[in-house]
Amino acid sequence: MIETNDLSKQFNNNFWAVQGVTLNVQPGQILALLGQNGAGKTTTVRMLTALLAPTRGSARVAGFDVTKNPKEIRMNVGVLTEQHGLYLRMSGDEYLDYFGKIYGLDAQARAVRSKYLLDYFGLGEAARRRSGEYSKGMKQKLALARSLMHNPSVLLLDEPTSAMDPESSRLVRDEIARLRSSQRTIIICTHNLAEAEALADHIAIIYRGKILLNGALDELKQRVLGPVEYEARFADAFDTSGLSLPAGAEVASRSETSLKFRIEAPQVVNPGLVRALASMNAPLISFHEVPRKLEQVYLKTMAEAQGLAYAA
Amino acid sequence: MRRNWDAIWMVARREFIDQFRDWRIVAPMVLLMALFPFVADDTTQDSIQFMGRFGGELILERLVPFVILVIGFFPLSFTLVVALESFVGEKERGTIEPILSSPLDDHQIYLGKLLVGITTPLVFSFFSITIYLILITRRDVAFPSPYLLALVLLLTFAHAVLMVSSAIVISVQATTVRAANLLASFVVVPVAFLLQGETALIFWGNESVLWYAIVGVTLLSALIVRLGVSHFRREYLLGREIDTFNLKQMGRVFMGRFVGNAESIRDWYAFELPETLKQLKKPLALVTLLGVAAIVASYLWVVVNVPAFLDISPEVTDRIKTLVNENLTDFEDLSTQMPVPVLFYHNARAVVIMLLLGIVSFGTLGVTLFLVNMGLVGGVLGGASLLGVSPWLLFAAGILPHGIFELSAVFLSVSATLKAGALLVTPQQDKSLGELLLVALADWFRVFIGVALPLLAVAAVVEVFVTPQLLKMVVPYF
Repeated sequence: MIETNDLSKQFNNNFWAVQGVTLNVQPGQILALLGQNGAGKTTTVRMLTALLAPTRGSARVAGFDVTKNPKEIRMNVGVLTEQHGLYLRMSGDEYLDYFGKIYGLDAQARAVRSKYLLDYFGLGEAARRRSGEYSKGMKQKLALARSLMHNPSVLLLDEPTSAMDPESSRLVRDEIARLRSSQRTIIICTHNLAEAEALADHIAIIYRGKILLNGALDELKQRVLGPVEYEARFADAFDTSGLSLPAGAEVASRSETSLKFRIEAPQVVNPGLVRALASMNAPLISFHEVPRKLEQVYLKTMAEAQGLAYAA
Repeated sequence: MRRNWDAIWMVARREFIDQFRDWRIVAPMVLLMALFPFVADDTTQDSIQFMGRFGGELILERLVPFVILVIGFFPLSFTLVVALESFVGEKERGTIEPILSSPLDDHQIYLGKLLVGITTPLVFSFFSITIYLILITRRDVAFPSPYLLALVLLLTFAHAVLMVSSAIVISVQATTVRAANLLASFVVVPVAFLLQGETALIFWGNESVLWYAIVGVTLLSALIVRLGVSHFRREYLLGREIDTFNLKQMGRVFMGRFVGNAESIRDWYAFELPETLKQLKKPLALVTLLGVAAIVASYLWVVVNVPAFLDISPEVTDRIKTLVNENLTDFEDLSTQMPVPVLFYHNARAVVIMLLLGIVSFGTLGVTLFLVNMGLVGGVLGGASLLGVSPWLLFAAGILPHGIFELSAVFLSVSATLKAGALLVTPQQDKSLGELLLVALADWFRVFIGVALPLLAVAAVVEVFVTPQLLKMVVPYF
């Protein structure tokens, strides 16, 4: 579990890197922390791993206070840092064994765990090679394996799939999803919005140290992009001017072969709307929700924060 | 305890492995370590031939310990890079964060790095020395006694600890490897000077004096290790990316501390300065104790030992007394020989030198210089006693009148120096080492400007115009 309240960090030069961050991530949940470079993601993660002391506010990670129990927090948190941070003259298995020792695993547990992780991430054959000889993606996987070595209950992952090929990215995403299902608490910092959308239960957007938006993805879409849009597509040109809309639906846009509606409560409004279209003998091919991506939410939020116009 | 050591060893072991797998580190070290003893052996042979021609056997006897010291120093200086990049190098390579995110304690990480930093150069140093010792068995030169050899090896060990502990402090504080390497001279050059001093001790002949060097260097090393451990903070390593030289910010920190909450000079004297002086109670007690001990010890040493070296027969003492009487006329005209501003400047400069030495040695060298001065006072009083002059009378007439002001200023300044040194080695979570240094200096300058300078000014006036008159009055009673 991760709980923060008004978490803030000011550096010596009086620059507030993070201001008033309040988050709540429960076991079995993934929070994606999104933001530009320098927005405060890494500083937030460093405070959560008790590497930086908060200037103001509080945070509890895995049940421990970041200022009072830093050692316990580090024992229970797995961190994938921005840079892979590997010792390039150590082989993959030596590296995992070293961190296993640091986290207090006995020799047998280290051997089993490191073999499992190396095999899982497809590094089994390269285990004896020095990590300096690894490709960028392999290094990233080894770093991820390091963060999982001690089976932590909380994971803080900074760009977990950066530099990975599509297969490896998929593998990592699957592993993250599996960890969620085993009740781990996970925060992912990423610029990969598709990945965040695929994995995260909650999204937080941070800008200049402040959380602009925080919530479940659907909730954020509703809040930022407005009511859900549905599209009716027709086989031929169809005049919809005589369509009487049920309460709670309004036309967002129309063309000869399609009509888009903005609908507040689809479960209430949509059955009536479909009936109305059918009563007009509309040559309906499909009636579906217009997909809205996290990217739209993110870009609109950022544009508003910077006072720019958002072009959908 | 065992777990603690295991963790330290774990950090150290990885570093060892990392170093010894890098041929760019190992190859030059091995080459220099193997080559240098042969060069030194050749030089020894040349020296034997050269001094043999001029009867320099005495110097030859001391040559081998000197060369051992130098051979030991060389590997220390070129392997210092290992310690210099221990933290900042990892930071630059991005490998430090996983370690800092681990449950290892700060001191375990720090001491692990220190252990590697010390062991690597020592292994190379001792190996080099061993090769040299084997080589000189072929030469016609006295092999050092086991006692002297042990002392020299111990001194090499102390050098290693001193250099590496300083280099690691630099490594923690620096933001780039380049900056750390630039600062290496601040470690190598002072130790090279120290080596010259120790060499002088070796050639001087009394090897037991080397114990003072060993104790001094070890004490300083311990203070530097303490400084390093107490100021090692994970946050510090990650919180700063670029160090900017911000004079304004430095000025703000310094003046903020120096001025305090005072709104006028009166306020400052009424509230701020007394607060600083109150904090000097303990260091002042210690400095006073040490000062008195130095005076007494020096007095007793002179009274007990000097008669064995000098002729102090009644004729000689009479002659000296006459000489003093004759020269007292010069004393009357002291203001032309030593004008008040010059005397004031000399005394103020001496106090500043004590501060400068104290700041670089956490107070120790500043206090040492002070003790030397106190020793001189004791020596003069002891000399007077040997001449049959009452040391109390001399003290009361020749030292006390201006000493009340001068010694008070010196005692307070040295106490402030000692406190500044202690402040540097005390853990302070909310301040960086730079800020702490500025705060320590601001405290010191409060004492110096607020109390010491006015007292030294008064002392200079009294010393030039009053003390000579008093001395002239009491001379008939000598």
